[in-house]
Amino acid sequence: MTTTEAPPKAPQGPTPAKRTFAFLRNTWRGLTSMRTALVLLFLLALAALPGALLPQRKLNAPKVDEYIAAHGWWGTLLDKLEFYDVYSSVWFSAIYLLLMVSLVGCLTPRSFEYVKAMRAQPVLTPRNLARMPHHRIGRGENDVATEIAAAHKQLSGWRRVEREEAGGVRTISAERGFLRETGNLVFHFSMLGLIVFFALGKLFGYEGQVIVQADGSTFCNSGIYNYDSFNAGLRVDGTDLNPFCVKVNDFTARFTESGQPDYYHSNIEYQSGQDLETGTWHPYGLEVNSPLRTAGDRVYLLGHGYSPKFTVTFPDGTQRTQNTQWRTVDPATMLAEGATKFDQPGITDEVQRRTRQLAVTGLFAPTSFMHGNVLTSSAPELKDPAVAVDILRGDLGLDAGRGQSVFQVDQSLVDDGRLKKVARENLKVGQEIKLDDGTKIRFDGVGQWVSLQVSHDPTQGFVLGFAIAMFLGLGASLLVKRRRLWVRVKPGTEDEPGTVIEVAGLARTDQAGYGEEFHRVSDRLISGQKG
Amino acid sequence: MPINETLSTYSDWLYTTAAAIYVVALMMTLVEQGFGAKGRLAAERAKLRARELVGAGGPPVEEAPAAPREVGKPERIGRMGAALLVLGALLQLSAIVLRGLAVHRAPWGNMYEYGMAVTFITVATWLVVMRKFPVRHLTGFLLLPVVILMFINGTLLYTTAAPVQPALQSYWLVIHVSAAIIGSGVFLVPGVASVLYLFRAAYDKDSTKFARFAPKLPAADVLDRIAYRTTIFAFPVFTFGVLCGAVWAESAWGRFWGWDPKETVAFIAWVVYAAYLHSRATAGWRGARAAAINIVGFAAIIFNLFFVNLVTAGLHSYAGVG
Repeated sequence: MTTTEAPPKAPQGPTPAKRTFAFLRNTWRGLTSMRTALVLLFLLALAALPGALLPQRKLNAPKVDEYIAAHGWWGTLLDKLEFYDVYSSVWFSAIYLLLMVSLVGCLTPRSFEYVKAMRAQPVLTPRNLARMPHHRIGRGENDVATEIAAAHKQLSGWRRVEREEAGGVRTISAERGFLRETGNLVFHFSMLGLIVFFALGKLFGYEGQVIVQADGSTFCNSGIYNYDSFNAGLRVDGTDLNPFCVKVNDFTARFTESGQPDYYHSNIEYQSGQDLETGTWHPYGLEVNSPLRTAGDRVYLLGHGYSPKFTVTFPDGTQRTQNTQWRTVDPATMLAEGATKFDQPGITDEVQRRTRQLAVTGLFAPTSFMHGNVLTSSAPELKDPAVAVDILRGDLGLDAGRGQSVFQVDQSLVDDGRLKKVARENLKVGQEIKLDDGTKIRFDGVGQWVSLQVSHDPTQGFVLGFAIAMFLGLGASLLVKRRRLWVRVKPGTEDEPGTVIEVAGLARTDQAGYGEEFHRVSDRLISGQKG
Repeated sequence: MPINETLSTYSDWLYTTAAAIYVVALMMTLVEQGFGAKGRLAAERAKLRARELVGAGGPPVEEAPAAPREVGKPERIGRMGAALLVLGALLQLSAIVLRGLAVHRAPWGNMYEYGMAVTFITVATWLVVMRKFPVRHLTGFLLLPVVILMFINGTLLYTTAAPVQPALQSYWLVIHVSAAIIGSGVFLVPGVASVLYLFRAAYDKDSTKFARFAPKLPAADVLDRIAYRTTIFAFPVFTFGVLCGAVWAESAWGRFWGWDPKETVAFIAWVVYAAYLHSRATAGWRGARAAAINIVGFAAIIFNLFFVNLVTAGLHSYAGVG
């Protein structure tokens, strides 16, 4: 960690080149100082906070729009300042980039020091060992050489060097705990690696959501247009998606008595790679927590819902059946709303067609419960399905060239009077509505749909690897203690033969607890080879 | 498997009893803290003198066995408080185990169960700290947040025993959530120690500040060491919890990190504690500033516990609170 120091003032005016150099050097020193790193860490924590407090576009775009609408100029200002895209905002990126530079600035000199320390021999044995925080003195029965050899044996796990002093005195200087600094460096470098690969993953990854009917319908990852929504990294243009197909055969949900979901399961089949040519399908049980991993992508079961099935019998006897997905409005009871749209076949005249299109819109309840005349659902299971629908007739705007929601009709057409309500009815399965022109609309039954997410992140394996390295490094850097130990063996005098053994210790980090280890080791050193 | 309602009722009773016992222990140890000061002050002074004799520049005080002190009535009450604390912890542990047996899964699938486990970990950590440092008389300060949390948890956040939704049916529930529980539970201890540290440090600087309260606290460096040693235990555990959460999120939600509110606040808390560890190694940031950072981390943990689950709508909204 470099410290910030004001450069010594030059006596004469420095040249511009020198001044620039000094400026750069001071900026670098300032940036890589621990104090700056601390401030940056704080800023990072602070800057991340709005992301938890304000709605975020990445997570919930409609909520952001609501928030902006509800908060007037303040909402707009926050939008301009990128508060709804905190984690891709300029200021958040600036903070973590500065932090990364600071980190590199800290780590580089530290790595050199580390290599140097690894090569250096343990320090000289201090003259006065009694000054060390841990110190013991005792007597040995054997001569110096034997005692030293025994001490070497006792200190087998330590890095140590033996030195000779005047008067036949020999010392061992030992140290241990290099793993602490190793762990520290591994932790920080892995963190850098993790951030880099996280960013790369964001560049090259994509995520798409799609609703598929659970009646044997197929979805293929062949292009963006197959998705209902698609979020891609900057380097993904959607032309080169990993090819695979998924066929959704069924969906089962189980609920507890209180209506809480307990189990979701969807039987699917998939094909990728060679199988696409041979047409082989492999079965898979898709569940929450158990995505399908194929062709480098993952397929998740995100949600489910119901699609009421309607059959329209037109006055001329032609029939059309549709089961369009309706969207769940209340996840607890699976009450759903939607719009199933019909175009009468066989009408070639454009103008006439636009007066004859039909939409069945309203509410669907899997377990119907009538609240007076209002349909609600009392449970999420399909026990007693019913719909409460309006039949709209006229121009649905299907060929207006504008995209429209699959879940609702274009309200402006209703307001314009181009789409008129011609009936309103509550239906159970098998019941039908008869319109004034003889058209019959029957509620046939209920299908299910699943919402799938396809995720692609080519670097997540690397991120995991770095995360594990980070964790191991962190553990080593917090739990390992750096400590030193010295042994000095002096030959005894004629009155007292044998040797005088002095042991001293110093913990180099502020970890308490070295005392116990020191006592254990010094006990063995002083009491000889017994230990 | 159906919920065993008998066991879950016993669990509720044990939880309430444990909370009540904590309240009694809190009051007893506050008695020791408030009135047992005489003997402790004398011991403290004696220790100070001994340290002066050893000479400055020595190592930080080793966790020497508590100096022999006069055993007065307040001390005896404090000791009873500590015994009650052990009893309360055992009852709370039984409450957790019974809840688990009642629902046939790891008993931390909603916020009530989570809060129950977190407060237990806090108390258990404190029992370990008490063995290593002479801080029994501070138990009341630790129990204060614990009892408040347990009260809120048992009333506002109470959820009847039930199975968990499909997203939580994974062995990661055991790994990720228990790491989060241990991390958060232990982090409460350095938070309390750091608050006390600030009082003591302010007094050490200017003896007119908190003159009646602060002298009864242990020396600032003891409090600092308690905070540091509990933090360096909790930090890797918390890190492990976040990493496991990312692995689980990858298989449950389709991405390993998505700035969900809970993830974000966990990230913030992690950064704050990282700052704490760095600040202790930086000149000018040791002491009061480091303690203040630790308190910010403590606030982030509490914020993550309550605000994120109850107020924001995120993927972690498993509170089970309507």
